[in-house]
Amino acid sequence: MLIKTGIPTIEDIKSVFPSEDRINKGPVAVIECYQEIPCNPCFTSCNRNAIKDFADINDKPLIEDELCNGCALCISACPGLAIMVVDGSYSENEVLIKIPYEFLPLPKEGDTVKGLNRAGEYITDVKVIKVQNPKSFDKTPIIHIAVDRKFLYDFRNIKVEEV
Amino acid sequence: MRIQNHPILNFEKGEEIKFYFDGKQISAFKGETIAAALHAAGVKVLGKSLFKHRPRGFYCAIGNCSACSMVVNGEANVRTCVTMVQEGMIVETQKGKGEIL
Amino acid sequence: MKHVDIAVIGGGPAGLCAAISGASSGAKVLLMDRSEKLGGQLIKQTHMFFGSEKQYASVRGFDIADILLDKLNEYKDNIEIMNNTNVLGLYEDGVITIERNEKYEKIKPKSIVVATGASEKVLAFPNNDLPGIYGAGAVQTLMNVYGVKPGKRVLMVGAGNIGLIVSYQLMQAGVEIAAIIDASPTIGGYLVHASKIRRMGVPILTSHTVKEAIGRDCLESAVIWKLDENWNPIDGTEQEIETDVMCISVGLSPLSELLQQAECKMKYIPELGGQTVLRNENYETSVEGIYVAGDVSGVEEASSAMVEGYLAGLCAAQKIGFKHKNYNELKEDYIKQLESLRSGPIGHHIRSGIEKVMGV
Repeated sequence: MLIKTGIPTIEDIKSVFPSEDRINKGPVAVIECYQEIPCNPCFTSCNRNAIKDFADINDKPLIEDELCNGCALCISACPGLAIMVVDGSYSENEVLIKIPYEFLPLPKEGDTVKGLNRAGEYITDVKVIKVQNPKSFDKTPIIHIAVDRKFLYDFRNIKVEEV
Repeated sequence: MRIQNHPILNFEKGEEIKFYFDGKQISAFKGETIAAALHAAGVKVLGKSLFKHRPRGFYCAIGNCSACSMVVNGEANVRTCVTMVQEGMIVETQKGKGEIL
Repeated sequence: MKHVDIAVIGGGPAGLCAAISGASSGAKVLLMDRSEKLGGQLIKQTHMFFGSEKQYASVRGFDIADILLDKLNEYKDNIEIMNNTNVLGLYEDGVITIERNEKYEKIKPKSIVVATGASEKVLAFPNNDLPGIYGAGAVQTLMNVYGVKPGKRVLMVGAGNIGLIVSYQLMQAGVEIAAIIDASPTIGGYLVHASKIRRMGVPILTSHTVKEAIGRDCLESAVIWKLDENWNPIDGTEQEIETDVMCISVGLSPLSELLQQAECKMKYIPELGGQTVLRNENYETSVEGIYVAGDVSGVEEASSAMVEGYLAGLCAAQKIGFKHKNYNELKEDYIKQLESLRSGPIGHHIRSGIEKVMGV
């Protein structure tokens, strides 16, 4: 249970995921913000109005999947690192998942790294497609990962082995 | 025990200096506290308690609690967590209250 | 004796904002801090802040310190900074005594903002005094200010925001976390912080506490055990964890000694961290002309500490005849910001604490 362990249940996860149809159309943000806390940078960082204005700053974010183009600006703006972008149009067998990653060493494009679930457990090897780390991300790099479709709801983190 | 690479921070180290802990020479960097320099050198025991002579280390590291009191250049009860280390400084384990005269 | 309009004691988030606010109202401000470097605990916060743009949400804490220092610099004609200055006493006649450069000095301000912050609490268990058992904030100072790792394998005690954030920062510094434990049955900090450390593989054990620490000269291991629903330890659930650093993150209490010296009315308010000063909505205490802001007025987040600082500085200036040209709008805005930061379910304990603090 999330409030006891920090691990969201599959029901929690599915409650914030867009439909698989939407995911298969192209990149879209998934906001795993399950608790009302005073915070709104996801809204202020979104320049497509896909994340709705907060009536109260404690509201949980609401995202309109059809307006979101998966630009990923909200990923590195979120102080809770609670946002990722999923793209089901990437390939037949894989989804592309963009996650924030604030650790060293950073992976490199083309690397195979360990894919972890929300408990930090190894689930499968995954491939690093791209590493974005411009100054505007303010030291929250975004890593693009190709993940076997069957791990869509499981994959959330990577482990990069020290060389 | 020093951090070499950090994803968020760049540590700008000051000039390397030497000081003495219980007679032993230790390297440190200008701009760091005595307690930080000792910790980096693996020294965690800074004093001995008054009655039971139990080992004492720092607790708050921001000058609130006085657990890090040591004898510095002959002066007892110096809060080493907020006192900057200096070239040639003589730092000693404090036993109990320390001598104030 | 030195005379100033407003003396601000403490140069953390609340004190910096109080000084900016007082100076922008036209008052001459003296800002005193015991450290070399202003910014208080902001300088070791490497994570992005929550809140809204007005409280610099999404900016990292140490960068917020720089933003506030730049703002302070805009009013440098009205602000005198005394760093490396220890405030020793706050007397009933409004005189402040300080120690600076090993000299004793006296200051007579027309009003005062006390923004001294808070100190870390300790936890009682056998051998809790062993070196290697540190406040979580202490470890944050050691690694994020001085670049020194506290040890190899940390047991974090407390799953509030500080415990969760410091655990994450320890991992960023390359230190292993054995576990995060908390006596409460649920995680007290933001769940997003919990999830981001959990998905690094760190177990979070709620309903667990420390039975004892083990070690000769320094911490070598710790025994933890499970608590039942009445918070009583359950025999037979002991686990020994190998650890050379235990971080205690079980809350903070206001550093209110100066306020007590000045005979400000105090009350024990657990929701706000312990002995807390009574105040009115302008953050003025029971002693006229003495204002408070930040954790010393009740332990909360740095975001609200900054807003409290702006509000207290504004009111402390107005009180002595320096009314900001936008006084009414600013005051209303600060009050609104504080209300919204505290309005959600997570702010419940703060709201109930504040109800008890109001009324001088």
